[in-house]
Amino acid sequence: MKDSLIALSKDALSSARDLAPIVMVITVFQVFVIREPVEGFLSLVFGAVLVVAGLTFFIFGLRVALFPIGEEIAHSLARKGSAFWLFTFAFVLGFGTTIAEPALLAVAEEAADVAVEAGMIEDDEESIASYALGLRLVVALSVGVALLLGVFRILTNWSLPLMIICGYVLVVIVTAVAPPEIVGIAYDSGGVTTSTVTVPLVTALGVGLASSLKGRNPLLDGFGLIAFASLTPILFVLAYGIITQWT
Amino acid sequence: MDLIQEALAFIWGSAKDVAPIVVFLFLFQLFVLRERIPHFGQIVVGFGFVTVGLGLFLVGLEQTLFPLGRLMAQQLTNPDFVAEVSGHVRGALRWQDFYWVYLFAASIGFATTLAEPALMAVAMKANTVSGGAIGVWGLRVAVATGVSVGVALGCFRIISGLPLQYFIAAGYLVVIVQTVMAPKTIVPIAYDSGGVTTSTVTVPLIAALGLGLAEAIPGRSPLIDGFGLVAIAALFPIISVLAYGQISVLRGKN
Repeated sequence: MKDSLIALSKDALSSARDLAPIVMVITVFQVFVIREPVEGFLSLVFGAVLVVAGLTFFIFGLRVALFPIGEEIAHSLARKGSAFWLFTFAFVLGFGTTIAEPALLAVAEEAADVAVEAGMIEDDEESIASYALGLRLVVALSVGVALLLGVFRILTNWSLPLMIICGYVLVVIVTAVAPPEIVGIAYDSGGVTTSTVTVPLVTALGVGLASSLKGRNPLLDGFGLIAFASLTPILFVLAYGIITQWT
Repeated sequence: MDLIQEALAFIWGSAKDVAPIVVFLFLFQLFVLRERIPHFGQIVVGFGFVTVGLGLFLVGLEQTLFPLGRLMAQQLTNPDFVAEVSGHVRGALRWQDFYWVYLFAASIGFATTLAEPALMAVAMKANTVSGGAIGVWGLRVAVATGVSVGVALGCFRIISGLPLQYFIAAGYLVVIVQTVMAPKTIVPIAYDSGGVTTSTVTVPLIAALGLGLAEAIPGRSPLIDGFGLVAIAALFPIISVLAYGQISVLRGKN
Protein backbone atom coordinates (compact mmCIF):
# COMPACT_ATOMS: atom_id res chain seq x y z
CA MET A 1 0.00 0.00 0.00
CA LYS A 2 2.74 2.40 1.04
CA ASP A 3 4.79 1.45 -2.01
CA SER A 4 1.85 2.13 -4.30
CA LEU A 5 1.38 5.55 -2.73
CA ILE A 6 5.03 6.42 -3.29
CA ALA A 7 4.80 5.18 -6.87
CA LEU A 8 1.64 7.22 -7.40
CA SER A 9 3.17 10.43 -6.12
CA LYS A 10 6.23 9.88 -8.30
CA ASP A 11 3.92 9.42 -11.26
CA ALA A 12 2.07 12.60 -10.32
CA LEU A 13 5.30 14.58 -10.36
CA SER A 14 6.29 13.30 -13.76
CA SER A 15 2.77 13.95 -15.10
CA ALA A 16 3.05 17.55 -13.95
CA ARG A 17 6.39 17.78 -15.71
CA ASP A 18 4.90 16.28 -18.88
CA LEU A 19 2.16 18.88 -18.99
CA ALA A 20 4.31 21.89 -18.12
CA PRO A 21 5.38 22.53 -21.75
CA ILE A 22 1.75 22.90 -22.91
CA VAL A 23 0.99 25.36 -20.13
CA MET A 24 4.13 27.31 -21.04
CA VAL A 25 3.36 27.48 -24.76
CA ILE A 26 -0.21 28.64 -24.17
CA THR A 27 0.82 31.20 -21.56
CA VAL A 28 3.64 32.66 -23.66
CA PHE A 29 1.45 33.03 -26.74
CA GLN A 30 -1.43 34.44 -24.75
CA VAL A 31 0.66 37.01 -22.94
CA PHE A 32 3.15 38.08 -25.60
CA VAL A 33 1.45 37.50 -28.94
CA ILE A 34 -2.30 37.69 -28.52
CA ARG A 35 -2.18 39.99 -25.48
CA GLU A 36 -5.70 39.43 -24.30
CA PRO A 37 -6.73 38.54 -20.75
CA VAL A 38 -7.90 35.00 -20.09
CA GLU A 39 -11.29 34.55 -18.46
CA GLY A 40 -11.96 32.11 -15.65
CA PHE A 41 -8.44 31.69 -14.36
CA LEU A 42 -9.53 29.57 -11.40
CA SER A 43 -11.34 27.01 -13.49
CA LEU A 44 -8.26 26.77 -15.70
CA VAL A 45 -6.10 25.88 -12.71
CA PHE A 46 -8.66 23.34 -11.55
CA GLY A 47 -8.79 21.83 -15.04
CA ALA A 48 -5.01 21.50 -15.09
CA VAL A 49 -5.14 19.65 -11.75
CA LEU A 50 -7.67 17.23 -13.25
CA VAL A 51 -5.41 16.61 -16.25
CA VAL A 52 -2.42 15.83 -14.02
CA ALA A 53 -4.49 13.53 -11.78
CA GLY A 54 -6.01 11.79 -14.79
CA LEU A 55 -2.66 11.16 -16.45
CA THR A 56 -1.23 9.86 -13.19
CA PHE A 57 -4.07 7.36 -12.69
CA PHE A 58 -3.88 6.26 -16.29
CA ILE A 59 -0.13 5.54 -16.17
CA PHE A 60 -0.60 3.67 -12.87
CA GLY A 61 -3.37 1.56 -14.41
CA LEU A 62 -1.19 0.97 -17.44
CA ARG A 63 1.51 -0.58 -15.27
CA VAL A 64 -0.70 -2.77 -13.09
CA ALA A 65 -3.36 -3.82 -15.61
CA LEU A 66 -3.00 -3.00 -19.30
CA PHE A 67 0.59 -4.16 -19.81
CA PRO A 68 0.34 -7.32 -17.65
CA ILE A 69 -2.92 -8.56 -19.19
CA GLY A 70 -1.70 -7.86 -22.73
CA GLU A 71 1.46 -9.84 -22.11
CA GLU A 72 -0.33 -12.60 -20.25
CA ILE A 73 -2.69 -13.17 -23.17
CA ALA A 74 0.22 -13.11 -25.60
CA HIS A 75 1.97 -15.81 -23.56
CA SER A 76 -1.21 -17.89 -23.31
CA LEU A 77 -1.71 -17.60 -27.07
CA ALA A 78 1.86 -18.70 -27.68
CA ARG A 79 1.42 -21.66 -25.28
CA LYS A 80 -1.79 -22.72 -26.98
CA GLY A 81 0.04 -22.62 -30.29
CA SER A 82 -3.07 -22.21 -32.41
CA ALA A 83 -2.52 -19.82 -35.29
CA PHE A 84 -6.28 -19.68 -35.89
CA TRP A 85 -7.06 -18.27 -32.44
CA LEU A 86 -4.09 -15.93 -32.58
CA PHE A 87 -5.32 -14.42 -35.84
CA THR A 88 -8.92 -14.31 -34.58
CA PHE A 89 -7.80 -12.51 -31.44
CA ALA A 90 -5.73 -9.98 -33.39
CA PHE A 91 -8.52 -9.27 -35.87
CA VAL A 92 -11.29 -8.90 -33.27
CA LEU A 93 -9.11 -6.67 -31.09
CA GLY A 94 -8.37 -4.35 -34.01
CA PHE A 95 -11.89 -4.29 -35.43
CA GLY A 96 -13.65 -4.03 -32.06
CA THR A 97 -11.57 -1.23 -30.61
CA THR A 98 -11.75 0.84 -33.79
CA ILE A 99 -15.44 0.64 -34.65
CA ALA A 100 -16.34 2.39 -31.37
CA GLU A 101 -13.52 4.96 -31.52
CA PRO A 102 -14.94 8.47 -30.92
CA ALA A 103 -12.23 10.18 -33.02
CA LEU A 104 -13.19 7.97 -35.95
CA LEU A 105 -16.86 8.87 -35.55
CA ALA A 106 -15.99 12.55 -35.86
CA VAL A 107 -13.81 12.00 -38.93
CA ALA A 108 -16.46 9.84 -40.62
CA GLU A 109 -19.08 12.56 -40.22
CA GLU A 110 -16.77 15.22 -41.63
CA ALA A 111 -15.86 12.93 -44.49
CA ALA A 112 -19.55 12.48 -45.35
CA ASP A 113 -19.86 16.28 -45.55
CA VAL A 114 -16.90 16.41 -47.93
CA ALA A 115 -18.49 13.71 -50.07
CA VAL A 116 -21.72 15.71 -50.31
CA GLU A 117 -19.80 18.86 -51.16
CA ALA A 118 -17.94 17.06 -53.92
CA GLY A 119 -21.18 15.63 -55.30
CA MET A 120 -20.09 12.06 -54.64
CA ILE A 121 -23.24 11.18 -52.71
CA GLU A 122 -26.76 12.60 -52.43
CA ASP A 123 -27.39 15.36 -49.90
CA ASP A 124 -29.93 13.52 -47.78
CA GLU A 125 -29.68 12.11 -44.30
CA GLU A 126 -29.89 8.51 -45.36
CA SER A 127 -27.01 8.54 -47.81
CA ILE A 128 -24.87 10.63 -45.45
CA ALA A 129 -25.45 8.18 -42.61
CA SER A 130 -24.76 5.15 -44.76
CA TYR A 131 -21.59 6.74 -46.20
CA ALA A 132 -20.30 7.54 -42.70
CA LEU A 133 -21.14 4.06 -41.42
CA GLY A 134 -19.50 2.51 -44.47
CA LEU A 135 -16.36 4.49 -43.82
CA ARG A 136 -16.26 3.44 -40.16
CA LEU A 137 -16.68 -0.22 -41.09
CA VAL A 138 -13.92 0.07 -43.69
CA VAL A 139 -11.51 1.66 -41.22
CA ALA A 140 -12.33 -0.88 -38.49
CA LEU A 141 -11.86 -3.70 -40.98
CA SER A 142 -8.52 -2.24 -42.01
CA VAL A 143 -7.27 -2.11 -38.42
CA GLY A 144 -8.39 -5.72 -37.89
CA VAL A 145 -6.46 -6.72 -41.00
CA ALA A 146 -3.49 -4.63 -39.83
CA LEU A 147 -3.14 -6.48 -36.51
CA LEU A 148 -3.65 -9.78 -38.29
CA LEU A 149 -0.84 -8.91 -40.73
CA GLY A 150 1.36 -7.69 -37.88
CA VAL A 151 0.91 -10.90 -35.91
CA PHE A 152 1.46 -12.92 -39.09
CA ARG A 153 4.73 -11.07 -39.56
CA ILE A 154 5.88 -11.89 -36.04
CA LEU A 155 5.13 -15.58 -36.69
CA THR A 156 6.78 -15.74 -40.12
CA ASN A 157 9.62 -13.30 -39.43
CA TRP A 158 9.06 -11.40 -42.67
CA SER A 159 10.89 -8.11 -42.98
CA LEU A 160 8.93 -5.26 -41.41
CA PRO A 161 10.61 -2.44 -43.39
CA LEU A 162 9.97 -4.28 -46.63
CA MET A 163 6.27 -4.82 -45.85
CA ILE A 164 5.72 -1.24 -44.69
CA ILE A 165 7.59 0.28 -47.62
CA CYS A 166 5.64 -1.87 -50.10
CA GLY A 167 2.49 -0.66 -48.33
CA TYR A 168 3.44 2.97 -48.75
CA VAL A 169 4.37 2.47 -52.40
CA LEU A 170 0.88 1.01 -52.84
CA VAL A 171 -0.55 4.07 -51.08
CA VAL A 172 1.22 6.38 -53.53
CA ILE A 173 -0.09 4.36 -56.52
CA VAL A 174 -3.68 4.18 -55.25
CA THR A 175 -3.62 7.91 -54.40
CA ALA A 176 -3.03 8.67 -58.07
CA VAL A 177 -6.28 6.95 -59.10
CA ALA A 178 -8.43 7.87 -56.09
CA PRO A 179 -10.83 10.85 -56.20
CA PRO A 180 -8.90 13.88 -54.83
CA GLU A 181 -11.59 14.66 -52.23
CA ILE A 182 -10.95 11.44 -50.33
CA VAL A 183 -7.13 11.77 -50.16
CA GLY A 184 -6.87 14.09 -47.15
CA ILE A 185 -9.43 12.07 -45.18
CA ALA A 186 -7.75 8.80 -46.06
CA TYR A 187 -4.34 10.02 -44.92
CA ASP A 188 -5.77 11.39 -41.69
CA SER A 189 -7.71 8.24 -40.86
CA GLY A 190 -4.41 6.42 -40.44
CA GLY A 191 -3.64 8.71 -37.52
CA VAL A 192 -6.93 8.56 -35.66
CA THR A 193 -7.37 4.81 -35.44
CA THR A 194 -4.92 4.06 -32.68
CA SER A 195 -6.44 5.12 -29.37
CA THR A 196 -4.93 5.58 -25.96
CA VAL A 197 -6.23 2.26 -24.63
CA THR A 198 -5.47 0.22 -27.73
CA VAL A 199 -1.85 1.30 -28.21
CA PRO A 200 -0.51 -0.03 -24.87
CA LEU A 201 -2.49 -3.25 -25.27
CA VAL A 202 -1.29 -3.86 -28.82
CA THR A 203 2.31 -3.02 -27.87
CA ALA A 204 2.18 -5.46 -24.95
CA LEU A 205 0.69 -8.10 -27.24
CA GLY A 206 3.46 -7.73 -29.83
CA VAL A 207 6.27 -7.67 -27.30
CA GLY A 208 4.76 -10.57 -25.32
CA LEU A 209 4.37 -12.65 -28.45
CA ALA A 210 7.89 -11.94 -29.70
CA SER A 211 9.41 -12.77 -26.34
CA SER A 212 7.59 -16.09 -25.97
CA LEU A 213 8.41 -17.35 -29.47
CA LYS A 214 11.77 -18.99 -30.02
CA GLY A 215 14.22 -17.09 -32.20
CA ARG A 216 12.35 -13.80 -32.02
CA ASN A 217 13.78 -10.64 -30.54
CA PRO A 218 11.18 -8.50 -28.73
CA LEU A 219 12.92 -5.29 -29.78
CA LEU A 220 13.13 -6.25 -33.47
CA ASP A 221 9.93 -8.25 -33.80
CA GLY A 222 7.66 -7.05 -31.02
CA PHE A 223 7.09 -3.55 -32.35
CA GLY A 224 5.52 -2.72 -35.67
CA LEU A 225 1.87 -3.65 -35.05
CA ILE A 226 0.88 0.00 -34.72
CA ALA A 227 2.77 0.82 -37.92
CA PHE A 228 0.45 -1.56 -39.78
CA ALA A 229 -2.57 -0.04 -38.05
CA SER A 230 -1.63 3.41 -39.34
CA LEU A 231 -0.94 2.16 -42.88
CA THR A 232 -3.88 -0.06 -43.82
CA PRO A 233 -6.62 2.53 -43.07
CA ILE A 234 -5.10 4.84 -45.72
CA LEU A 235 -5.22 2.10 -48.35
CA PHE A 236 -8.68 0.88 -47.41
CA VAL A 237 -10.22 4.36 -47.29
CA LEU A 238 -8.69 5.28 -50.67
CA ALA A 239 -10.15 2.06 -52.08
CA TYR A 240 -13.51 2.94 -50.48
CA GLY A 241 -13.36 6.31 -52.23
CA ILE A 242 -12.72 4.65 -55.58
CA ILE A 243 -15.51 2.12 -55.13
CA THR A 244 -18.17 4.60 -53.93
CA GLN A 245 -17.32 6.76 -56.93
CA TRP A 246 -18.49 4.06 -59.31
CA THR A 247 -21.73 3.12 -57.59
CA MET B 1 -21.17 21.36 -9.47
CA ASP B 2 -21.35 21.36 -13.24
CA LEU B 3 -17.75 20.28 -13.39
CA ILE B 4 -18.41 17.25 -11.18
CA GLN B 5 -21.30 16.24 -13.39
CA GLU B 6 -19.18 16.71 -16.46
CA ALA B 7 -16.32 14.72 -14.94
CA LEU B 8 -18.72 11.87 -14.19
CA ALA B 9 -20.01 12.01 -17.75
CA PHE B 10 -16.47 11.73 -19.09
CA ILE B 11 -15.63 8.85 -16.75
CA TRP B 12 -18.80 7.10 -17.90
CA GLY B 13 -17.73 7.72 -21.49
CA SER B 14 -14.30 6.22 -20.96
CA ALA B 15 -15.89 3.29 -19.08
CA LYS B 16 -17.94 2.58 -22.19
CA ASP B 17 -14.71 2.55 -24.20
CA VAL B 18 -12.73 0.40 -21.80
CA ALA B 19 -15.39 -2.09 -20.63
CA PRO B 20 -15.92 -3.93 -23.95
CA ILE B 21 -12.17 -4.38 -24.33
CA VAL B 22 -11.82 -5.74 -20.78
CA VAL B 23 -14.77 -8.11 -21.20
CA PHE B 24 -13.36 -9.37 -24.51
CA LEU B 25 -9.89 -9.94 -22.99
CA PHE B 26 -11.29 -11.77 -19.95
CA LEU B 27 -13.68 -13.96 -21.96
CA PHE B 28 -10.96 -14.83 -24.45
CA GLN B 29 -8.49 -15.78 -21.73
CA LEU B 30 -11.04 -17.82 -19.76
CA PHE B 31 -13.02 -19.58 -22.46
CA VAL B 32 -10.84 -19.79 -25.55
CA LEU B 33 -7.40 -20.09 -24.02
CA ARG B 34 -8.84 -21.78 -20.91
CA GLU B 35 -6.35 -20.22 -18.57
CA ARG B 36 -6.99 -18.26 -15.43
CA ILE B 37 -6.32 -14.56 -15.06
CA PRO B 38 -3.34 -14.04 -12.76
CA HIS B 39 -3.64 -11.26 -10.16
CA PHE B 40 -7.30 -10.83 -11.07
CA GLY B 41 -7.97 -8.30 -8.30
CA GLN B 42 -4.99 -6.16 -9.23
CA ILE B 43 -5.97 -6.17 -12.91
CA VAL B 44 -9.55 -5.11 -12.14
CA VAL B 45 -8.35 -2.29 -9.88
CA GLY B 46 -5.83 -1.27 -12.56
CA PHE B 47 -8.54 -1.05 -15.21
CA GLY B 48 -10.51 1.10 -12.76
CA PHE B 49 -7.53 3.46 -12.62
CA VAL B 50 -7.26 3.48 -16.42
CA THR B 51 -10.95 4.35 -16.77
CA VAL B 52 -11.08 7.06 -14.12
CA GLY B 53 -7.70 8.44 -15.21
CA LEU B 54 -8.72 8.72 -18.85
CA GLY B 55 -12.02 10.36 -17.88
CA LEU B 56 -10.37 12.98 -15.63
CA PHE B 57 -7.66 13.59 -18.21
CA LEU B 58 -10.22 14.27 -20.94
CA VAL B 59 -12.52 16.43 -18.81
CA GLY B 60 -9.51 18.49 -17.72
CA LEU B 61 -8.39 18.96 -21.31
CA GLU B 62 -11.91 19.86 -22.40
CA GLN B 63 -12.06 22.37 -19.54
CA THR B 64 -8.77 24.11 -20.14
CA LEU B 65 -6.51 23.30 -23.02
CA PHE B 66 -8.92 22.58 -25.82
CA PRO B 67 -11.03 25.75 -25.65
CA LEU B 68 -7.97 27.91 -25.06
CA GLY B 69 -5.96 26.20 -27.79
CA ARG B 70 -8.84 26.41 -30.27
CA LEU B 71 -9.36 30.08 -29.47
CA MET B 72 -5.67 30.78 -29.95
CA ALA B 73 -5.62 28.89 -33.24
CA GLN B 74 -8.54 31.04 -34.41
CA GLN B 75 -6.94 34.28 -33.28
CA LEU B 76 -3.54 33.51 -34.78
CA THR B 77 -4.97 32.48 -38.14
CA ASN B 78 -7.31 35.46 -38.34
CA PRO B 79 -6.29 37.47 -41.47
CA ASP B 80 -6.75 40.74 -39.57
CA PHE B 81 -4.26 39.62 -36.95
CA VAL B 82 -1.77 38.40 -39.57
CA ALA B 83 -2.13 41.66 -41.50
CA GLU B 84 -1.55 43.65 -38.32
CA VAL B 85 1.66 41.87 -37.25
CA SER B 86 3.12 41.62 -40.76
CA GLY B 87 2.22 45.10 -41.95
CA HIS B 88 0.77 43.80 -45.20
CA VAL B 89 -2.78 44.43 -46.37
CA ARG B 90 -5.31 41.66 -45.95
CA GLY B 91 -5.58 40.73 -49.59
CA ALA B 92 -1.84 40.53 -50.24
CA LEU B 93 -0.61 38.24 -47.47
CA ARG B 94 2.33 36.06 -48.37
CA TRP B 95 3.17 32.72 -46.78
CA GLN B 96 6.01 34.32 -44.77
CA ASP B 97 3.54 36.61 -43.02
CA PHE B 98 2.13 33.70 -41.04
CA TYR B 99 5.24 33.26 -38.93
CA TRP B 100 3.30 33.25 -35.66
CA VAL B 101 1.20 30.38 -36.98
CA TYR B 102 4.30 28.30 -37.79
CA LEU B 103 5.83 29.05 -34.42
CA PHE B 104 2.61 28.21 -32.58
CA ALA B 105 2.13 25.04 -34.66
CA ALA B 106 5.67 23.87 -33.92
CA SER B 107 5.55 24.59 -30.20
CA ILE B 108 2.04 23.25 -29.57
CA GLY B 109 2.86 20.13 -31.61
CA PHE B 110 5.96 19.55 -29.50
CA ALA B 111 4.26 20.22 -26.17
CA THR B 112 1.11 18.14 -26.77
CA THR B 113 3.14 15.17 -27.99
CA LEU B 114 5.13 15.11 -24.76
CA ALA B 115 1.81 14.79 -22.90
CA GLU B 116 0.44 12.01 -25.14
CA PRO B 117 -0.34 8.99 -22.91
CA ALA B 118 -0.06 6.44 -25.74
CA LEU B 119 3.45 7.64 -26.53
CA MET B 120 4.44 7.27 -22.87
CA ALA B 121 3.24 3.68 -22.99
CA VAL B 122 5.31 2.84 -26.07
CA ALA B 123 8.37 4.64 -24.69
CA MET B 124 8.11 2.76 -21.38
CA LYS B 125 7.88 -0.55 -23.24
CA ALA B 126 10.75 0.31 -25.60
CA ASN B 127 12.88 1.25 -22.61
CA THR B 128 12.22 -2.05 -20.80
CA VAL B 129 12.65 -4.22 -23.86
CA SER B 130 15.88 -2.53 -24.96
CA GLY B 131 17.32 -2.94 -21.47
CA GLY B 132 17.55 0.82 -21.04
CA ALA B 133 19.38 1.48 -24.33
CA ILE B 134 16.42 3.47 -25.64
CA GLY B 135 15.66 6.23 -23.15
CA VAL B 136 12.02 7.03 -22.30
CA TRP B 137 12.70 10.74 -22.36
CA GLY B 138 14.96 10.62 -25.42
CA LEU B 139 12.42 8.75 -27.50
CA ARG B 140 9.62 11.09 -26.47
CA VAL B 141 11.64 14.20 -27.29
CA ALA B 142 12.58 12.67 -30.66
CA VAL B 143 8.92 11.98 -31.48
CA ALA B 144 7.85 15.43 -30.26
CA THR B 145 10.48 17.07 -32.48
CA GLY B 146 9.12 15.18 -35.47
CA VAL B 147 5.53 16.20 -34.74
CA SER B 148 6.65 19.77 -34.24
CA VAL B 149 8.31 19.97 -37.68
CA GLY B 150 5.42 18.06 -39.24
CA VAL B 151 2.67 20.34 -37.95
CA ALA B 152 4.56 23.49 -38.95
CA LEU B 153 5.14 22.08 -42.41
CA GLY B 154 1.50 21.01 -42.64
CA CYS B 155 0.45 24.61 -41.90
CA PHE B 156 2.82 25.84 -44.59
CA ARG B 157 1.19 23.41 -47.01
CA ILE B 158 -2.29 24.73 -46.27
CA ILE B 159 -1.13 28.34 -46.61
CA SER B 160 0.89 27.77 -49.78
CA GLY B 161 -1.69 25.45 -51.32
CA LEU B 162 0.85 22.84 -52.44
CA PRO B 163 -0.59 19.32 -52.84
CA LEU B 164 -0.49 17.06 -49.77
CA GLN B 165 0.73 14.10 -51.84
CA TYR B 166 4.04 15.79 -52.65
CA PHE B 167 4.89 16.18 -48.97
CA ILE B 168 3.83 12.66 -48.10
CA ALA B 169 5.69 11.07 -51.01
CA ALA B 170 8.86 13.05 -50.28
CA GLY B 171 8.61 12.09 -46.59
CA TYR B 172 8.34 8.40 -47.42
CA LEU B 173 11.37 8.63 -49.68
CA VAL B 174 13.39 10.03 -46.78
CA VAL B 175 12.04 7.22 -44.55
CA ILE B 176 13.15 4.58 -47.06
CA VAL B 177 16.67 5.98 -47.31
CA GLN B 178 16.94 6.28 -43.52
CA THR B 179 15.62 2.75 -42.99
CA VAL B 180 18.54 1.36 -44.97
CA MET B 181 21.05 3.38 -42.96
CA ALA B 182 19.63 3.40 -39.42
CA PRO B 183 20.40 0.71 -36.81
CA LYS B 184 17.95 -2.20 -37.23
CA THR B 185 16.71 -2.10 -33.65
CA ILE B 186 15.24 1.39 -33.89
CA VAL B 187 13.29 0.78 -37.14
CA PRO B 188 10.17 -0.97 -35.74
CA ILE B 189 9.83 1.56 -32.91
CA ALA B 190 10.25 4.43 -35.35
CA TYR B 191 7.49 3.06 -37.56
CA ASP B 192 5.21 2.66 -34.55
CA SER B 193 5.84 6.15 -33.27
CA GLY B 194 4.07 7.64 -36.27
CA GLY B 195 0.78 6.12 -35.16
CA VAL B 196 0.98 6.85 -31.46
CA THR B 197 1.71 10.53 -31.69
CA THR B 198 -1.61 11.50 -33.03
CA SER B 199 -4.21 10.61 -30.49
CA THR B 200 -5.91 12.18 -27.52
CA VAL B 201 -4.11 15.46 -26.94
CA THR B 202 -2.53 16.42 -30.25
CA VAL B 203 -5.28 15.77 -32.79
CA PRO B 204 -8.00 18.09 -31.43
CA LEU B 205 -5.60 21.02 -31.23
CA ILE B 206 -3.90 20.65 -34.59
CA ALA B 207 -7.22 19.86 -36.27
CA ALA B 208 -8.48 23.22 -34.99
CA LEU B 209 -5.38 24.89 -36.39
CA GLY B 210 -5.87 23.26 -39.80
CA LEU B 211 -9.54 24.18 -39.99
CA GLY B 212 -8.83 27.75 -38.85
CA LEU B 213 -6.16 28.18 -41.52
CA ALA B 214 -8.26 26.69 -44.28
CA GLU B 215 -11.12 29.02 -43.37
CA ALA B 216 -8.93 32.11 -43.14
CA ILE B 217 -7.12 31.74 -46.45
CA PRO B 218 -9.01 32.62 -49.62
CA GLY B 219 -9.29 29.78 -52.09
CA ARG B 220 -8.96 27.02 -49.47
CA SER B 221 -11.86 24.81 -48.54
CA PRO B 222 -11.95 23.83 -44.85
CA LEU B 223 -13.48 20.52 -45.84
CA ILE B 224 -10.73 19.58 -48.26
CA ASP B 225 -7.63 21.49 -47.13
CA GLY B 226 -8.36 21.21 -43.41
CA PHE B 227 -7.47 17.53 -43.61
CA GLY B 228 -3.97 16.25 -44.01
CA LEU B 229 -2.37 17.93 -41.03
CA VAL B 230 -2.63 14.75 -38.96
CA ALA B 231 -1.07 12.75 -41.79
CA ILE B 232 2.02 14.96 -41.97
CA ALA B 233 2.21 15.05 -38.17
CA ALA B 234 2.24 11.25 -38.16
CA LEU B 235 4.90 10.95 -40.85
CA PHE B 236 7.65 13.16 -39.46
CA PRO B 237 8.16 11.33 -36.14
CA ILE B 238 9.23 8.28 -38.16
CA ILE B 239 11.99 10.40 -39.67
CA SER B 240 13.01 12.00 -36.38
CA VAL B 241 13.09 8.70 -34.44
CA LEU B 242 15.18 7.05 -37.17
CA ALA B 243 17.48 10.08 -36.95
CA TYR B 244 17.59 9.63 -33.16
CA GLY B 245 18.79 6.07 -33.73
CA GLN B 246 21.39 7.20 -36.25
CA ILE B 247 22.66 9.93 -33.94
CA SER B 248 22.95 7.49 -31.02
CA VAL B 249 25.11 5.21 -33.17
CA LEU B 250 27.30 8.09 -34.26
CA ARG B 251 27.74 9.26 -30.69
CA GLY B 252 28.58 5.69 -29.61
CA LYS B 253 31.41 5.57 -32.14
CA ASN B 254 33.13 8.70 -30.88
